[in-house]
Amino acid sequence: MRGVTEPVLLVTVVVTALAFDFTNGFHDTGNAMATSIATRALRPKQAVILSAALNMVGAFLSLTVAATIAKGIVDAGVITLNVVLSGLVGGIVWNLVTWVLAIPSSSSHALVGGVVGAALAASGPDGVLWTGLVAKVLIPALAAPLVAIAVSSLGTRLVMRTTKDVSQHDNDRMFRWGQIGSASLVSLAHGTNDAQKSMGIILLALIAGGAVSADSSVPLWVVASCALAMALGTYTGGWRVIRTLGKGLVHLESRQGIAAEASTATVILLSSHFGYSLSTTHVATGSVLGSGVGKKGASVRWSVAGRMFVAWLVTVPAAASVGAACYGLDRLAGPYVVFAFLVVVAGALVAWSRMRPINHKNVNDDWDGDSPAAEVIVESLMSDDSAAPASGSDELTKPVAKEVGAP
Amino acid sequence: MTDYVEWGALARIVVPGLVLGAGLPTLFAVGVRALAGPGSKTDAGRRPPARVAIAAASLAVVVAAIVTAIIIIGTGGH
Repeated sequence: MRGVTEPVLLVTVVVTALAFDFTNGFHDTGNAMATSIATRALRPKQAVILSAALNMVGAFLSLTVAATIAKGIVDAGVITLNVVLSGLVGGIVWNLVTWVLAIPSSSSHALVGGVVGAALAASGPDGVLWTGLVAKVLIPALAAPLVAIAVSSLGTRLVMRTTKDVSQHDNDRMFRWGQIGSASLVSLAHGTNDAQKSMGIILLALIAGGAVSADSSVPLWVVASCALAMALGTYTGGWRVIRTLGKGLVHLESRQGIAAEASTATVILLSSHFGYSLSTTHVATGSVLGSGVGKKGASVRWSVAGRMFVAWLVTVPAAASVGAACYGLDRLAGPYVVFAFLVVVAGALVAWSRMRPINHKNVNDDWDGDSPAAEVIVESLMSDDSAAPASGSDELTKPVAKEVGAP
Repeated sequence: MTDYVEWGALARIVVPGLVLGAGLPTLFAVGVRALAGPGSKTDAGRRPPARVAIAAASLAVVVAAIVTAIIIIGTGGH
C-alpha cells in the first residue's frame, strides 16, 4: 500500500462501495426472480438462493476491465475520493428510499446520479458532460422499457397462440422449467454487469487514493468482495420490490413469465454486447408490462407503472441532490461525518421498513388484499384504486397484520 | 437529435431482440405443444416419435442459445 495518501478514507470509500453493491443486489433480485416467485415456479427462498449463487458466478465470469460507470458522464479530472464517497452515499440513500417505497428503480442510475451531484458540487456545471448524461442515461431510460415491452408482448402473444390448446396443467408444469432457466440467465447477466460497476468504482478509488497504479487491472480481492456483497444482497431479497414487480403490474402465469424473462435476458445481453448500458430494472419492468400487453384479456395496472416511470425520471436528480449535499457536508465536516450520515439514514430507513414488513412469507399475497404487504404499496404509491377490500389474505400474514395494526 | 439518440444502436438491439427474445420462448412453446398438445398421445398412451423429435429439436436450439449466451458473457464479449 505504498503511496497511499489517506488510508482510512480509502478504506471508508471501499466499504461504502461494497455497501452500494449490496443494495444493488437486493434491489435487483426482483428483476430476475419476481416472475418466478409470482407464478410459484420457485418458492421465494429457493429463488433468492438460486439468484444469489448465479450473481456470484456471474461476477467471476468476466474479468474484462470493469467499465467505470461514470465514464463519459463526469469529467474524469474532478474525481477525488471525496467525490466518489459522496456519490456512493447518494446512490445508496436513493436505493434505500425506493426500496422502502417498493419501487423498482435503477441502481445504476442512482449511482450515476449520486456521482453527478457530487461532481456538480465539487466543480460546478463544467464537471458534468451533459450530452453524455442525456445520451447514456436519460434516453436509454426511456427507450429500454419500450423495447422490452415490444419484445415481451410479441413473445407472450406467440407463446400463448402456440400453446392455446395445451391444458393449463401441462403448460404450467413445463413452462416452469423454461421460466427457471430464463430467470437464471438474467441473474447471471446481472452479476456480470452490475458487480463490475462496483468493481470499477473501487478501482477508481484505489487509483485516486494512490494504492494501485493508473493502469492496474482489478485486483482479485476486489472481484471476490464485490461478488460476495452482491450475492449477499441478492440473498437478502428486496421483497418489497419483488412484490411490486411480480404482483403489482400484471397477474402473471408461467407462459407470461418465460416470455418476460426471455425478453429481459435478450435485451440486456444484446445491449451490453454492443456496449450500451441499459438499466436491468427498466428492461425487466418493461418485460413484465409487455407480458400483460401480449396476453389477451390480461389487465395491466398502468397507474402503478406510471408512478414507476415518474420515479425513474426522478432517480438521477434525487440521487444527485443527496450526492451534492453529501459533498457539501464533506467540505464542512469531513468525509467521516458523511459516512456517519449514511449509517444513520440507512438505519432509519430499515427501521421504517420494519413497520410494514414484506418478506418471503407475504410477498405473494393478493395485491388488493387486506394483507399488510398490500398496505405498503398502497401507501407508498399513494394509490387510490386499490382500496377495495378483498378476502383471501394468507394465513401466514395474520399475526403480522395484528402487529401492524397495534398502535 | 442524432447526438442524443443512437438510432443504429436501437436498431441493433430491437431487431435481434425481437427475433431471439420472442423467438426462443416461442420455440420452447412449440416443444411443449409437441409433447402435450392435442394428438400428442396415441390411444395406447404413447407419444409419436415425430412429436418427440420436434420437441427435442426445439429444446436443443433453446439450450444451445442459452449456452452461447453464457459463453459470450464469459469471454467478456459484452
